[in-house]
This record gives sequence, structure tokens and C-alpha cells, in this order.
Amino acid sequence: MKRVVIWAPVVLFALFLGMAVFRLSNPGSTDVPSRLVGQRLPAFALAPAAPGKPGLATADLAGKPRLLNVFASWCVPCAAESPQLLALKQAGVEIDAIAIRDRPADVADFLRRFGDPYTKIGSDPESQVQLALGSSGVPESFIIDAKGVIRHQHIGDIRPEDVTDILRRIEAAR
Amino acid sequence: MIAELGLAALWLAAALALLQFGCGMLAMRGSEGMAALVRPVAVVQGVLVTLAFVCLLEVFRVTDLSVALVAENSHVAKPLMYKIAGAWGNHEGSMLLWVTVLGLCGAGVALIERRLAPPALMATLGAQAAIALGFYAFLLIASNPFARLNPAPAEGAGLNPLLQDPGLAFHPPTLYFGYVGLSIAFSFAVGALLTGEVGPAFARAMRPWVLGAWIFLTLGITAGSYWAYYELGWGGWWFWDPVENASLMPWLAATALLHSVTVVATRDGLRAWTVMLAVVAFSMSMVGTFLVRSGILTSVHAFAVDPTRGSFILGLLVLYIGGALTLFALRVGTVREGSRFDPVSREGALVLNNLLLSAILGIVLIGTLYPLGVEAVTGEKLSVGPPYFNSAAGPLALGLVAVMAVGPLLRWRRDDLAPLARRLALPVALSLIALAAVLALLGPIGVMPLLGLALAVGVGAASLAPLWGRSLRRTPLFTWGMVVAHVGVAVSLAGMASETAFTRETLAAARLGETLSVGPYAVTIRSVAPVAGPNWTAIEGTFVARRGEGSAFALNPQARTFSRPPTQTSEAAIATRLDGQLYVVLGPQAEDGRWQVRLWWKPFVTLIWLGGAMVAVGGALSLIGRVLRERRAREALA
Amino acid sequence: MERPLHRLRRSPYLYRGGMALALLLAAVPAFADSSLPAAAWANRQLPDPAQEKAASDLMHSLRCLVCQGQSIADSDAELAGDMRSLVRSRILAGEKPEAIRGWLVDRYGAWVTFEPPVEPLTWPLWAAPALLLVAGVFLARRRFRRRAPR
Repeated sequence: MKRVVIWAPVVLFALFLGMAVFRLSNPGSTDVPSRLVGQRLPAFALAPAAPGKPGLATADLAGKPRLLNVFASWCVPCAAESPQLLALKQAGVEIDAIAIRDRPADVADFLRRFGDPYTKIGSDPESQVQLALGSSGVPESFIIDAKGVIRHQHIGDIRPEDVTDILRRIEAAR
Repeated sequence: MIAELGLAALWLAAALALLQFGCGMLAMRGSEGMAALVRPVAVVQGVLVTLAFVCLLEVFRVTDLSVALVAENSHVAKPLMYKIAGAWGNHEGSMLLWVTVLGLCGAGVALIERRLAPPALMATLGAQAAIALGFYAFLLIASNPFARLNPAPAEGAGLNPLLQDPGLAFHPPTLYFGYVGLSIAFSFAVGALLTGEVGPAFARAMRPWVLGAWIFLTLGITAGSYWAYYELGWGGWWFWDPVENASLMPWLAATALLHSVTVVATRDGLRAWTVMLAVVAFSMSMVGTFLVRSGILTSVHAFAVDPTRGSFILGLLVLYIGGALTLFALRVGTVREGSRFDPVSREGALVLNNLLLSAILGIVLIGTLYPLGVEAVTGEKLSVGPPYFNSAAGPLALGLVAVMAVGPLLRWRRDDLAPLARRLALPVALSLIALAAVLALLGPIGVMPLLGLALAVGVGAASLAPLWGRSLRRTPLFTWGMVVAHVGVAVSLAGMASETAFTRETLAAARLGETLSVGPYAVTIRSVAPVAGPNWTAIEGTFVARRGEGSAFALNPQARTFSRPPTQTSEAAIATRLDGQLYVVLGPQAEDGRWQVRLWWKPFVTLIWLGGAMVAVGGALSLIGRVLRERRAREALA
Repeated sequence: MERPLHRLRRSPYLYRGGMALALLLAAVPAFADSSLPAAAWANRQLPDPAQEKAASDLMHSLRCLVCQGQSIADSDAELAGDMRSLVRSRILAGEKPEAIRGWLVDRYGAWVTFEPPVEPLTWPLWAAPALLLVAGVFLARRRFRRRAPR
């Protein structure tokens, strides 16, 4: 018994060492993923975010697999992912969006400058739907299947090398 | 030129540390020639490393931008005080401060310590040199503060504006004297284990150093808490942030060690526990430095993250902490325990004190590292914050404060419950009266603040008890120290409880001319105008506050913008009164022209830091008292 | 902490107290904020003091998703303001604080709350105080001798 007690501090230190080594070798990401992947979309109904484009509601996000893009006109990486979104649209993917904390004029300006791959855009001026989705920043993209279940979350802008993977997942979600 | 001189001094100091280590180890085994060398070598090492640090200060004072560290952390337009403080406001400079304090403490022991048996002293100085060697290696290989930059930039990147503040400029040195001062206790413990000299002599030699380091730590943590309170603009004074916890853990261990060392020194009990605490205290300092610099925990206070540096420090931890703990396990059998004592006795109270402090230390350590452990094992991410620490450590802390009140009233070796109860009757009665008064006059407040307030009153009274019935002039200085420190704890507790229970907050979007109320104050926002400072511009609000029919006074909170580097900070306006502080923050202007304003009335919040300062003063009185008593004892023998 | 350029979180510089030195060295050039004002209840107190206290306590124990370890009460980040608005508007509507916390944990995991849930994964954490005390008493028991009868 006395031996256990005497060597316990060394063992505890070794435990600490293990955790430190783990953390130094796997820094891990600072992204906070959504816990709703695999569950139904929460219910929401958003007003139109840009003039001439319809708003977005949960009921619209069913019937066929699609991409839900969470973006904002004031977000620089969102502009960077526009070419990839346009390419996905060309490949037949339906893309809807939620504009976070945006004005209609600014959204319209953004679409004019960087292209418009979206079918519908909902306006989320106080991030409430973004919070309901478990999203923590812009840009993020969700792959929704035909039944309205979230199948995948892509955090950050979509890079050219991500396009094929997203296409594959959309196919798998049929 | 100065930078090269500093680097050369650093290399020489490292070489001398190697020599000190070698001589120390040989002297421990009895070599007389080596023994004569160790003290002078330790002193010269201390002088050299101080020279290196002075060179760094000079290089920052003149803003020599050809030194990479200066270019990254300073700017030609910075005020002089912050230029100099910039020397330690970064990783390399603070590591140099670390080894400087290590060297100075070693030199101090070499110069002053006369009572300890030579083998033990040699082992201690050797251990101190061994610790210094690892950190010298880290500095010279992975964190050279004197590296040059070619070509030198014209201006410099500037210092984080949050650090350009008098309080924070001097907070790191204070803390470092505390953290690194504990290395002496560690070295004494290692020396004692190596030579088998764990006894009253070892405890008496170690005590002043532990006290000194502890005083600095207390001051540093108190100052840091006050700085966070007035600078960060949210009125909070403790966030259980990982880096704050890293500074608290050595303090908890040092407090336990401080009390434990007295038992060994005077009653010759608790030897193994004292040695273990001495090892743990500095180990916590080193773990803290690792956590802050390696980036493995997310924190608002973290230094620039560098995993390679983190790995180096981790290696040093394995060497020193692993080595010391293994040494303890192997050698603790040779520590002959002193006499046993009755549970109801001052020793018993000190054991309980140690136990509670160690439990709180364990809770803080576990809570800080738990998210990391869970992520390593399961990949899940967790957060452990104030709700956990407050509910887990809070009750234990209250219990500890109660024990603190009872301990000094107990006799050594054994005491009886009945006389103790009589001595406690008045403090307990005062506590109950306070409890009833708060409930009756101030309405329902949370359980913990209520207990805190009641306990603070009772403990404050009980802490004064050792002075009752004694001639105050003939009471030894170190008894005064104990009384002042314990009353300081009660004062701080009262401040914490009051702030938690009675703070009033008002958030509003206000137009110019509008009056808001917070607590007993009516605050009117008169005007908002731009102002400029030496390296910043700001929007400054002029608020006028009034309490009932009292005279009005002005408060000027600012929202500042710095240019190098580009950042914004909020400077709160704080008005201190006898019964609390009025805290005003100016936020951004909304589209409709209204200003976002935050107001707090915090009753008795200043007691938190006043109490902390009293604790440090009590420690200083104790230290002076002990040193004077021992000098008188030596003179009496001579 | 480095901010990856592909991922933009709201106001990386403007949150209170989040001035990690590394952040300044990471020099991300485009830190954009939306131009919209703060959410309705982000910086307004609820009229009922009891409700505001409940909301405030809850906000101090929820973690800001885009900051360096602050609560949403202590952060200037826009998303933190939107979360505060969510908390206050739900408390106003009569929802219990624990329900709101649970709603957020369902979406972001236990990381978003500073009060770890009590579940098998966290039993060692919550049991730690008692276990440490018991261990301490056990270690100390041999230092004492039996009370001799007077």
C-alpha cells in the first residue's frame, strides 16, 4: 500500500505527460462542428435576402439533395469560394443560401460581383437560424438529402480540391 | 555590441552553472576543495546572468531595432516605461528573466545560508545549478533573446496595447520572483533527499525563501486580478482561465508548504509531506510555464504558440519533475518521521489546512486538464469553467478559511475541545449575528456569498484572538504577521462575497443628456469627443455621476484605437468610494446616434485586493520577524 | 492562436480581452464585420430583474464560439451578441435556463457550456473533490495518535 502511495505522483505525472504529448503532436482544429449532422433540419422560414430572389424555408429544402450555403456579403472567403459554387451549380447541384447579418443591397451587390449560384436566399439578420443549425461562422456549407436530413457539414470555404468530394456526397445522398 | 555582451554573459553564466553543478555533486560526496568553490561560483553565476538581463533591458531602452526581439515587440514611439517593460513582455525576454531569478536566488543562498550542514548545502546549490542548466540550454538553443535582424526595420512592430499599462508592466517580474523563488525550496528538498537531511535544520533554512517567494506570488496574483478587472472592461476579477489557474496552483502549493515547514521547523512532524510540497510547488511553476508557452490550452493570456518550444520545455519537465518525484519515491524511506500528535492540536489543524489546500490544488489541476484528457481519450471537446471551479473548490475554500480561524487558537501537541469552544464562542456568535443581519437587512442572496460574508466576520474576529490578553508591544513580529495575513484573507473573502451578491449592472443605449441609474447612483452622459494620446486616438465620453443629494463628479471612459499594432481597447472609468466602486464603460455608437453604455456599482469590491495586499504585508512582517529573531539568537550565542 | 485564412469568424480583433500576442502576429488583413446593428436583446437588459439575473447567470456560463475562452457575456464578438439575444429573448418567453443550455449543447456539443454536464464521461471530474478529500484523510491518518484518556 505504501508503495502505491509513494509512486502515485510519478504515475500521475506520466499521465500528464501523455496528454501533453498527445496535444503537441495533434494540435487539433479550432473548428466547432455542428451536432446536427445526421438529423433533420430545424424548422425555419426566412424572408428574401436579395431583391428578386425568393426567401428560404425548411419545406423548400426537400425533394432532392442540395447544398445549403451559409454566407455573408461582408465575408472575404465567401467571395473566394464563388467559383467553386458556380462550378457545382454547372454540375447540376441545387444550391440555396442563408445570408447572415446582411442588407438586401449588399447581397445584391455581392451576387453581381461574384456570380449567383443560388436558387433561394434567406435573410438571417440576427444569426438565429445559423445558431439553430449549429453553425459557428461563415462560410459553411451543409449537404441536405431529399428528406431534409443534414448529411454533411463543410466548414470554411469550398476549395477547388473539395468540389469532387462534395459532388460525390451529393450523389450518395440521393 | 550590448546584445553581444549580453549573449556572452549568458553563455558564461551557463558554463558556470555547469561548473556549479559538477562541484556541488562532488562536494556532496565530501570533496573539500570542491566545497570551497561552489559558493563563489554560484555568486558569480548570479552576477553574470543579471548582467545579461541588464543588457536586454538596455537594448530595449534604446530601441535597438537590429535585435530581432526588439523589432518584434517594441516601437520607437512607445513611452520609455513600456519600452523597458517590453523586455519581459514576450517569450524570450521572460525566459531570460526566469533564469536571472534562478541565478540570483542561487547566489542569495550561497551568500546568506550559514546554518545548513555543508553536504546538504552543496547538494542544494548543485540542484539549483542543474535546474538552471536546462533553462540556459533552452534559451541559448531555442529562444535566443539577443538574435540579430538584418536589415534592421525602421520602426518596430509595437507592443500589445493591453500590456502598455503600469500595472501589467510590472506584474510579470513580481510573479517570476514568486514562481522561480520556489525553485530554492525545490532545490533544498532535492538536496535534503540526496543527503538524508530532512529535519528541522532543513526546514528552518528553507522557510525564509518560501516566505519570500510566496509574498511575491501573492502580490503578483492580486495585482494581476486587479489589472484584469480594470483593463478588460467587464468588471470580472477571476475567470478560472487556464493561465490564471497556472499561476494559482504554485500559490496553493506554496501556502501549504509555508504552513507545513513551520511544523517541521518547530515540532519536527510532517517531514515527508513538506518535502513533497516543496517539490510540487516548483513543479507547478514549471507546469504553468509549459502550459502558457506551448499552446496546448486555449487562453486569452497565452503567449505566441510554438509547439517546438513546448516540446523542449516538456523535456525539461520530464527531467526535473520526473527526476524529483522518482528521487522522492526512492528516498522517502530514509525520512524518519517525527513525533505524532493529537488530532485536536495545532498540528492537527495544520494537517487539515494542508489537506484542504492540496485538495483545492488537485481540483484546479484536474479541472484545467480535464478537457485535454477527454479529448485525448475520446476525441470529445469539453469546456470546464467557473461553474465547475466555483462549486467544486468554493465549499472547500470556505472550510479552509474556517480552519484558518481555529488553528492559531489551538495549542501544540494536544488540546481539548471544551476550552477551544470557549475561545471560539465570540467569533461564532459574531458570524451568526452577521448572517442574521445580512438576511434581515439585505434580503435573500446566494448560499455561498451568504456563508462567505458570515464566515469573513467570524474569521476576522478569530484571527485577532492571538493578540487578546497579550502586551501588543511584546508580541513577536511574526505573530503580528500571522494575524495580519489571516485578517487579510477574511477581508478578501468579504470583498468577494459582497461583489458576487450585491453588484448592480445597467446596460443601455443612451442619447447624450440621458440619465441612467445604477445602484445608488444617477449617471448622465454629457458629451462624447475624440482625444489623442502618445500612440493612440480615442473616443472619450464625459459622464457625470451623482449619489442622492451628494456632489456630482465626472467620469471619462474611453474607447481607444492603437495604430501599431492596430487594436482597440476599452478604458473603463472607475470611481472608488469607501463602500464600493462605480465602473463605467463606453461602447460603440449605434446607427440612431445612441451610445452603448455599461455601468456597474460594485459594493466593497476593493476589499478583494486590499485583503490580498494585507496577506502579502503579513507575510513580509513574518519574514522580517523570523530573520530578526534568528539574528538575535545568533548574537546571543556569539 | 493562428487564424486560418479560409475561415472567417466574426470580429477576430474586436472582442474584449482576446488580445493574444499571437493573434497580433498572425496579421490577417481582412477582418470584416457585418454592418448591421447588434441584435435586439444583445445589449439590452430584460425589464424584470429576476429574469435578467437568470439570463446573466446563464450567459456567464456559455462559451463564446469564436473567442479565446470568454463567455458570451464577456465578449464583443457579433456572434456572442446574437447568442445573448437568443438567451434573453427565450428567457423573456418563459423558457428555463437549463432548457436553453440544452438546446445549445444539442447543436454545438458540451464545448459551448462552461458547466460540464454530469454524465459518465465527467463523473471523475465531479467526484474529484470528495475523492481528493478522502485520499488526503487516508494519507494523513497515520500522523495522528489515539487520544489518550485524561
